Amino acid sequence: MTGTGMPQGPGADAVLLGFARALRAAGVGVSAERVHAFLRAVDALRPGVRADVYWAGRLTLCGDRDDLERYERVFGAYFGDGSGGPPPRSVRIAPRPRLRAAVREAAARSRTGGPDDEPQGPPVASLASPVEVLRHRDVVELDPAERAQVRRLLAAFALRGQSRRSARRRPARRGPVDPHRTVREMLRRGGEPALLRRHARVERPRRVVLLVDVSGSMAPYADALLRFAHAAARGRRTEVFTIGTRLTRVTRELSHRDPDLAMAAVAEAVPDWRGGTRLGELLREFLDRWGQRGMARGAVVVLLSDGWERGDPRLLAAQTARLHRLAHRVIWANPRKARPGYAPLAAGMAAALPHVDAFVEGHSLAALEHLAAVVRGADTDATGGTASATGATPPSAATAIGGPERPP
Amino acid sequence: MRSRLEATGYLVDEGLAVACFLALRLHRPVFCEGDAGVGKTALASALAEAFGAPLIRLQCHEGIDASQALYDWDFPRQLLHLRAAEAAGVTDADRLEHELYDRRFLLARPLLKALQTQPSVLLVDEIDRADDEFEAFLLEVLSEFQVTIPELGTVRAEVPPVVVLTSNRTREVHDALKRRCLYHWFDHPGFARELAIVRRRLPRVSARLAEQVTALVQALRAEDLLKPPGVAETLDWAAALDALGATEADAELAVATLGSVLKYREDTDRARGLDFAAILAGRGAGGA
Repeated sequence: MTGTGMPQGPGADAVLLGFARALRAAGVGVSAERVHAFLRAVDALRPGVRADVYWAGRLTLCGDRDDLERYERVFGAYFGDGSGGPPPRSVRIAPRPRLRAAVREAAARSRTGGPDDEPQGPPVASLASPVEVLRHRDVVELDPAERAQVRRLLAAFALRGQSRRSARRRPARRGPVDPHRTVREMLRRGGEPALLRRHARVERPRRVVLLVDVSGSMAPYADALLRFAHAAARGRRTEVFTIGTRLTRVTRELSHRDPDLAMAAVAEAVPDWRGGTRLGELLREFLDRWGQRGMARGAVVVLLSDGWERGDPRLLAAQTARLHRLAHRVIWANPRKARPGYAPLAAGMAAALPHVDAFVEGHSLAALEHLAAVVRGADTDATGGTASATGATPPSAATAIGGPERPP
Repeated sequence: MRSRLEATGYLVDEGLAVACFLALRLHRPVFCEGDAGVGKTALASALAEAFGAPLIRLQCHEGIDASQALYDWDFPRQLLHLRAAEAAGVTDADRLEHELYDRRFLLARPLLKALQTQPSVLLVDEIDRADDEFEAFLLEVLSEFQVTIPELGTVRAEVPPVVVLTSNRTREVHDALKRRCLYHWFDHPGFARELAIVRRRLPRVSARLAEQVTALVQALRAEDLLKPPGVAETLDWAAALDALGATEADAELAVATLGSVLKYREDTDRARGLDFAAILAGRGAGGA
């Protein structure tokens, strides 16, 4: 089953290197070390055999389940579809939808087909405030200084989970006796009982999981919230997902140090900007694929959403309850909560609320600061501060929030 | 490779066979990811059995440290030695100190033991449960197959052990560790392969029962469950039905033993809504 397109002989390495490069271009994190391993692996197998090259590459160049699908595609494109011998077994379609599946097509479609393929979420014209006016102005017209300042402020955010005691211990002045170090000390002094060494448990911040709603109804806030998420994701224990019509994990995209680069990477990765919202379904997907395995266990989970649910609110209620059982705390930040006369009437919001530990605002810098305090486990007495700060800062906050929620 | 593994009752597909072959040839660890119960851990025992090597297992947990994973000094014995030496009137301090940090006082924990035992299969189970600090220990062991003990020097494996790492993906394992490994994703097996696994692992179970149980599990997996059953559950179920003396499953029996496959009340409720009889009948017709 020697494939027709399989490289052999002295030029083979160049072909394989080209393949690795194509894979890198497709977004698989192929490092030089992995390429080296790939070449060695092909060498150890039968270099001319398609299936062997396929498996050698798949085993050495991929490092994540999400890479497999891309690998499959690039392999097909690069070495031809190989009618002579298809890869032994293609990655079977996972029972549940995969994260990045169809990202490219969807992204391309939404970019060529105008701003909104899917009908927008419910209209939000009810608020005719300066915020709204600013929000509808072209981004270019906004005062750049103001916007830059707000972004700088957003970038300075730190989101630290509430701390918990970890199983790891560290030398300390007080605390229980550390037998290890104490005995070592004794040995050093010829077995004479010496100083007692002590250790104490380390406090660790809990993992924070941010689920950012990027659907149509949240579009005005998406940029600001994602920048907030970017600042928050600098710690290694924060995970960020976007939800809309599909669930996308953007932690890796947000790891760019520069906020603008990170935003561009996220824009590239998220296929469902300004679509509808299927909160319940996506929450279930999150729990199935990540949460239940451990990501949500003992974590502080923050949902940044307005709770407009297109699907069945009962599903959302059930999934929020499930999340609540897994997570240490579930916090719902709803930018619409700050509106005068707001009541959680949106069906989804009302359904989820009984299973939420804290329900906070998320519309301004001050509100996000308050959110950070709640995540840290500070008591909810900062509410008064939020209210006054909210009153004081609407223009700049509005500018941030009215920023470009869609990349150019 | 494949036939050696299959001789132990562990059925591998081509990708996994290649992974094991390369792991042996290139001395790289195999990094296994996949849903629970798809045979990640069983791979290590199968490899150990296939090569007649001892399986050394390191179960990871949060806060695991070098003294639990690599090595530790046997302090009580060291102290005793010291006392004995004193009683015997040994005064040569240098020699005494030298003796204290001797190999015989070294307690080899799994990683060191794997390097010292040749050949051996090392299983680092559920690496995602350990914390970041622990991955740093692993790096030296897995890339150089050596451990540096400050008091003693470097212990190196002449024949590197075969290493299997498993992860349930509860957290992202650091890339520095991953890129030293061969990555293999475990999928749920298809009907034919799963049936073959059941037949191989449970030869006592009747052919018909094996077929029915496999069909049922495959149907359950297609449902939208909180925790889709893995191969381990299929085997449990078949064993459970067999223990009840069944040679053929019927809908009633299947529902009664559902507890061996589904571990959530929500899942059980959903599964009760399935038409077991139809699935069994469909498979029966296919099998007949």
